[in-house]
Amino acid sequence: MTPQTGQLHMEKILKVFGPVTALKNATFSTRPGTVHALCGENGAGKSTLMKILSGVYQPDGGKIVMDDREIEFKNPGQALDAGISMLYQELDLAEDLTVYENIFLGNELISRIPLVVNRREMISRTAELCRQNGFDIQPTAMIKSLTLGQCQIVELLKALMRKAKIIVMDEPTSSLTESEAQRLFKIVKDLRTQGLTIIYISHRMEEVIQLADDISVLRDGEIVATGSLADMNISTIVKHMVGRELDDFFPPRHTKIGEIYFQAIGLKSNEGVQEVSFDVRRGEIVGMAGLVGAGRTEVARTIFGLQQLTAGHMKLDNKPVKIKHPSDAIKKGIALLTEDRKRSGLCTILPCSWNMTLPNYTQINMKYFLKLSKERQLCEKFGQKVSVKWSHPNAPANSLSGGNQQKILVGRWLMANSEFMIFDEPTRGIDIGAKKEIYHLLNELAAENKAILFISSELPELFGVCDRILVMRRGRLVGDLKTQETTPEKVMHLAAVEE
Amino acid sequence: MGRLAKQLLPFFSLIFVIVLWSILDTSGNFLTFRNFQNVLMRSTPNMIIAAGMTYVIITAGIDLSVGSLLAFCGMIGSLTMLLISGGTWEQIAGGKPVELTAIAMMAGTMSSILAGGLCGLANGMLITRLKLAPFIVTLGAMSIFRGASYLMNHSKSYAVSDYEWLDMGEVTILSSFHIPSSVLLMIIVLLIAGFILKYTRFGRYTYAIGSNVQTAFHAGVNVKGVLVATYTMTGAPTGLAAMIITSRASGPQPTAGLMLELDIIAAVIIGGCSPSGGRGSILGTIVGTLLIQFLRNGLTMLKVEANVQLVVVGAIIILAVTADQIATKRES
Repeated sequence: MTPQTGQLHMEKILKVFGPVTALKNATFSTRPGTVHALCGENGAGKSTLMKILSGVYQPDGGKIVMDDREIEFKNPGQALDAGISMLYQELDLAEDLTVYENIFLGNELISRIPLVVNRREMISRTAELCRQNGFDIQPTAMIKSLTLGQCQIVELLKALMRKAKIIVMDEPTSSLTESEAQRLFKIVKDLRTQGLTIIYISHRMEEVIQLADDISVLRDGEIVATGSLADMNISTIVKHMVGRELDDFFPPRHTKIGEIYFQAIGLKSNEGVQEVSFDVRRGEIVGMAGLVGAGRTEVARTIFGLQQLTAGHMKLDNKPVKIKHPSDAIKKGIALLTEDRKRSGLCTILPCSWNMTLPNYTQINMKYFLKLSKERQLCEKFGQKVSVKWSHPNAPANSLSGGNQQKILVGRWLMANSEFMIFDEPTRGIDIGAKKEIYHLLNELAAENKAILFISSELPELFGVCDRILVMRRGRLVGDLKTQETTPEKVMHLAAVEE
Repeated sequence: MGRLAKQLLPFFSLIFVIVLWSILDTSGNFLTFRNFQNVLMRSTPNMIIAAGMTYVIITAGIDLSVGSLLAFCGMIGSLTMLLISGGTWEQIAGGKPVELTAIAMMAGTMSSILAGGLCGLANGMLITRLKLAPFIVTLGAMSIFRGASYLMNHSKSYAVSDYEWLDMGEVTILSSFHIPSSVLLMIIVLLIAGFILKYTRFGRYTYAIGSNVQTAFHAGVNVKGVLVATYTMTGAPTGLAAMIITSRASGPQPTAGLMLELDIIAAVIIGGCSPSGGRGSILGTIVGTLLIQFLRNGLTMLKVEANVQLVVVGAIIILAVTADQIATKRES
């Protein structure tokens, strides 16, 4: 645990999965006491490289050297013992256990009586660690009662408690808001000064620039650039990642904005929505900004019939609508792309085509009986429209990358012929190329006269895509601003500062 | 490749078992038309129940009550038959055969199916309305139905004559194919179950619920309704199977279907249904049921006692689930 330990060198790592070479001659080293950013598009091999480092996979060639000693991990436990902790992008917590139980999982403190865990000590140590880092988390809270943002923090606490020398963070801020992310950056910087190595995987260039000392870029299983951050800037990094210049990242907006289509009037729900009124016009993309817990997702859930509306009402095309169940919303042509693709968006083990048609059997005239060949045609048509890359429409959804999974969901709601579409964090955890495609897709949808509500925690994309930005704070709408007449600072101020 | 291998695994296992028994069998009785016919006849009630169970397991549920329900429905159906045929209580309780009228047979069969359906409905309602685990509800139901069967039997034996009526009674198709009525019923049930699963919206919903309940709900699926339907769809065929077994045994037995849930669940899981939901097919279930029956048939032929057979079937279930896990892991 002295600052000298934790010198890592991975040399010429090779990993082959069947016919696919995931990594070829990937050479990667880090210095103790630094933040090393690892960039690359989805599928570039970042996760594979890190899974080899953390003992999940075993390399087919090459070697790993730590502190001048060649090491070989047969399983994640050995990597943990060697001081390498990995924070996965997907939740890796036991939902039915408490915070402290998760933190000490597999590492429980034993009291003086053998085999009996020392509950009190574990709770107090967890509380102490939370206090040190300024986290407001109850050690005895159940994981399933926490938000995604809080879960991420528990993951971090877990690694800290294990006194890791190298912490790998895979997209740690993808579910955090600006202020939570800023706090995380502060912790990362603290950890660095303590002599730890942080390997930081992120799609967000702003974060990389803000945090990293060194940077390595992976493309097609090879490290194509590595070096000190001082020698690089965003555009060179992006160039290395995609192998081409990235122009027109955000599409130009010049669609015609039409009549008011969706209206929310004084929406209220017991689960975090207090008197929210707004409207969305045809052809308009309305953004919704706010911190985690500000009630943005809850507004979407209320509109879609997933939580109970206790007061207020909604209008579609100037006609009042009542929505009590998602099926009502779908019938009225409302679509919701949920913030958590795996938890509530997709049936991951089922074929892509089934995922696309799931809510749409009535709309595509298969109310009782399916017509499989017609279903396939439809899926191919809409798959093409959203340019999803699949080996086959009947390939299971989990064989696709995050970006392509998201496109399947967009395709689903296009097939439903939805007129009002709510996108809740659609670009979370997908790579830059796919993000760009999603932005263009949103633009095309607006051009087709659809009304769009776009919830996001990334201000740049809200400013890049939206005509108007709504700001939420503590369940209330506190701002309704024309994008051209406002600034990110102003939005952030409204979202974060109590008046 | 992994996926295909996984789907073909039950078929290969079935072929393997048949080949193995053919080699081990020295009497020459195994590889006979008669024996295969025998296995098929024994499979009929199991197939009929397993068809419904396939739906339940695809939704990531389980129904442990089918064995007991079979005995219960047998009681209900037989008593209905006897009473409608004009049998007095004394006659019935005395175990004297009562001549059954055609109407009584129909009514008895219907009441058995209805009773099965209602019991399944009750299971489904308890699971969805009170949000209880399927395992617990059907474990309780298993005991309730068994107890009720014993109570109705009251340590007397009821006899149903004309035992051929549903089981071996032949149906002539195309003037030359004589098919036992129970086999015909089984084929009808399997065709309907296979069709619904593959070619209807309802079938898709069962897969969606088993794969991810939240997603299904977000997509507007009436999750509770579908779940209740799957348990009902397991109960009603159990009532039909109960009548086949009753007619085969010339009367209802309170011990009928003891440990039957084991064979049914084993067959469905061996057939490729994942206990964690979202996977499975009727074709797989057919193969799984045949596999279990051939396994038992061969063990009996090799004079392996019934208790050992229990051990073997139990081990096979665990083996099948292990194979499923390994294949799933390799796939991802």
